[in-house]
Amino acid sequence: MTGAAEIVACTDGPLLVRGEFDLLGADGQPVPRVRQTVALCRCGVSSIKPFCDGTHKLIGFQTQPPIATTGNEEDANASSRVSRPGQAGS
Amino acid sequence: MSSLLLSLLSAGPTRGDTETALEATLKQHLERSGDILRDDDLQLALFLLYSLHYGGVLNVDDRWEWHPITNAARLALEDAFEAQLRRIVHVPALPEPNAEAVAAALFALTAQDSGPSLSRFVASRASVEHLTELVVQRSIYTLKEADPHSWAIPRLTGRAKAAMVEIQADEYGGGRPDRMHAVIFAGTMRGLGLDDTYGRYIDNVPAIILASVNMMSMFGLNRRLRGAIAGHLAAFEMTSSIPNGLYARGFRRNGFGDDVAWYFDEHVEADAVHEQIAGRDLAGGLAESEPDLLPDIMFGAAACLAVDGWSGEQMLEAWQRGESSLRLPLRRLGDG
Repeated sequence: MTGAAEIVACTDGPLLVRGEFDLLGADGQPVPRVRQTVALCRCGVSSIKPFCDGTHKLIGFQTQPPIATTGNEEDANASSRVSRPGQAGS
Repeated sequence: MSSLLLSLLSAGPTRGDTETALEATLKQHLERSGDILRDDDLQLALFLLYSLHYGGVLNVDDRWEWHPITNAARLALEDAFEAQLRRIVHVPALPEPNAEAVAAALFALTAQDSGPSLSRFVASRASVEHLTELVVQRSIYTLKEADPHSWAIPRLTGRAKAAMVEIQADEYGGGRPDRMHAVIFAGTMRGLGLDDTYGRYIDNVPAIILASVNMMSMFGLNRRLRGAIAGHLAAFEMTSSIPNGLYARGFRRNGFGDDVAWYFDEHVEADAVHEQIAGRDLAGGLAESEPDLLPDIMFGAAACLAVDGWSGEQMLEAWQRGESSLRLPLRRLGDG
């Protein structure tokens, strides 16, 4: 980590934020926060926004573009996360 | 076995006939026990032996913790317990030993865990009696929440250690004792009229609940099993947020307030953070630094899902038969 804060864009999941940072609402007021490292929702369905509640796992949320845009119709039916190749490296 | 162990421990750490008797009795019981996971006596004995390391259950001489006879008995029980787990727990195909692949494999494994519909039952149908039993069952672990995994901290290095400490610091309230998860859970117990003294309900719970806690202690206390404890924590965190949201709903539906539901609300947010750290940095980081541990990482995760799945099924099936899920039902609310 080089800066004061670090944001990890979790595959198929939230944005994990750790380090020194301010979390503000649209009104500029601090969002009440009880833990040092937080996970911010990016699938849109969390019931505790701006925080993640794990629901992205139930809706098949994906952070990678679907494979189906290659013109290969077989891929179009491939079910999302199980058949998608794992991410190489870290 | 457990009663003989109790009489030995009460007598203090001296050498004598009881020790020989303990060894012989344990040997006999292990030979006779067909299913150590559901053997009330052997799981209680192992639980009591671990309690010498944690404290808080038995009022006995502290020197028993590292006495050869108690450690020999623990090792013999652990051998049989681990052997059975390795026989019956199905471990999935191993991913590549890099952090992203390990995290993806763990998320895929835990997503398959349809999970007994225990949490769905709690959300929509559970009565106050059911909720009380759920909390009694959970209390065996949760009043010591996070402690079994903390044994692993000095056994890890680098990224995996930093991840474990990051998760555990949050479990322990981030420096605020009133926010420790075990302390929040004690408030839930009191809100239900239960006694929050640690160990109060040990006799009430079935072997599979003790087995679930004993498994964590075994993985945490044996350095050679550090892969398994990392995998266990990852699977535990990955199957927590969504069920805890459903539990919270069940408690509020029965008229309980924020004081009782706080514990479950807290875990919705906390474990959505922890599952990411545990999958990628703890389990994944450990697999990168020690690739030989990968099979145990996946074993620990699969064992967590299997044992907690069985305990959930057992609870739900009892309730669906209209029976108590406890080994010894509570005589009345708040009195076991």
